[in-house]
Amino acid sequence: MAIELHPLHQFEIQRLVPLHIGGLDVSYTNSALLMTIAVGLITALTVLSTRKAALVPGRWQSLAEMSYEFVADMIDTNAGHGARAFFPFVFTLFMFILFSNLLGLIPYSFTVTSHIIVTFALAAVVFIGVTIVGFVRHGAHFLRLFVPEGVPAVLLLLLVPIELLSYFIRPFTLSIRLFANMLAGHTMLAIFGGFAASVGVFAIFPLGINILLVGLELLVAALQAYVFAILTCLYLRDALHLH
Amino acid sequence: MDLASAKMIGAGLACIALVGAGIGIGNVFSALINSVARNPASQAQVQPFAFLGFALAEATGLFGLAIAFLILFVF
Repeated sequence: MAIELHPLHQFEIQRLVPLHIGGLDVSYTNSALLMTIAVGLITALTVLSTRKAALVPGRWQSLAEMSYEFVADMIDTNAGHGARAFFPFVFTLFMFILFSNLLGLIPYSFTVTSHIIVTFALAAVVFIGVTIVGFVRHGAHFLRLFVPEGVPAVLLLLLVPIELLSYFIRPFTLSIRLFANMLAGHTMLAIFGGFAASVGVFAIFPLGINILLVGLELLVAALQAYVFAILTCLYLRDALHLH
Repeated sequence: MDLASAKMIGAGLACIALVGAGIGIGNVFSALINSVARNPASQAQVQPFAFLGFALAEATGLFGLAIAFLILFVF
C-alpha cells in the first residue's frame, strides 16, 4: 500500500498548555479543550435561548425545550415516579455525551468519549451515585436487590452471586459500550479515508462508503448518548424502587 | 509463526464477533417490523426499545472490532 495508515493517530492527546503542579501533569490538552467547548455550547444553548422566553418559542428556545422534554419524558417512563429529583444529573450526562460525540464528528477535532478513562469516570459516577442513593433510600434493605423474590433457597446460592456480578459489572459495560462505539466508528472512518487516499481514481468507492458511514456515526453518536442516559435511568429505578 | 502474521490472524479472528452483532441487529429489527405490521398503533411505543436493542446489540460486536483494531494498530 502506498500510504501508511495511522487510524489511531486521531485519538492522541496533545498538550496545548503544559502545566505541572508538583509531580502532577495537569496540562490543558485537546481533550480538555473539547470538553470546555461542549460545556460552553450546552450552557449557551440552555441559558441564552431561554433568556427571553416567549410563550411561542423561537428556534433556539424550541431546541432547548425539546431536549429538556426529551430527557424529562425519558426519566418519567423509565425511572418511575420520585425520580424527577435526578433530572439535572441525567440531563447533564445526556447533553455532555451527546455534544462530545457530535463535536468529535467534526473533521480534525477530537472525540472526548473515545477515551476509556473519560467514559469510565462518567460510568463510575453513575454507579457510585446510584449505590449511595439506594442505601440512603432503603438502608440495609437495599441488599434485597440481590435476592430475587419467590426463589427456592437452593437456587439462591447460584442466583445471588450472579446478581452481584451483574451489578458490579455495570460501570464496565456502561463505559466500554460508549468507548468502543466511538473508537470503532472513528477508526473505521479513518481506515476508509486511508483507502480513498491510496487508490487514485477508484477513491470514489471508499469515499461513498465513508459518506454513508458518517451518517451511521451521526446516528450512533445520538444513540449512544441516549443509551447511556436511559441505562442510568434504569439503574436509578432499581435503586429507588428495588425491582 | 512470526508476530506480524499472528497479529493479522488474531485481528481476523476478533472480527468473528461481528457475526453475533449482525444476527442481533437483524433480530431486533425483524421483531420491530413484525410487531408494527401486526399492530401499527404500537409503533411509537416499541420504536425506542428497538433502537435501544439495536445499540446494545451493536455494542457487543464493536467490542470485538475494537479488539481487532487494538491488535492491528496498538500492540
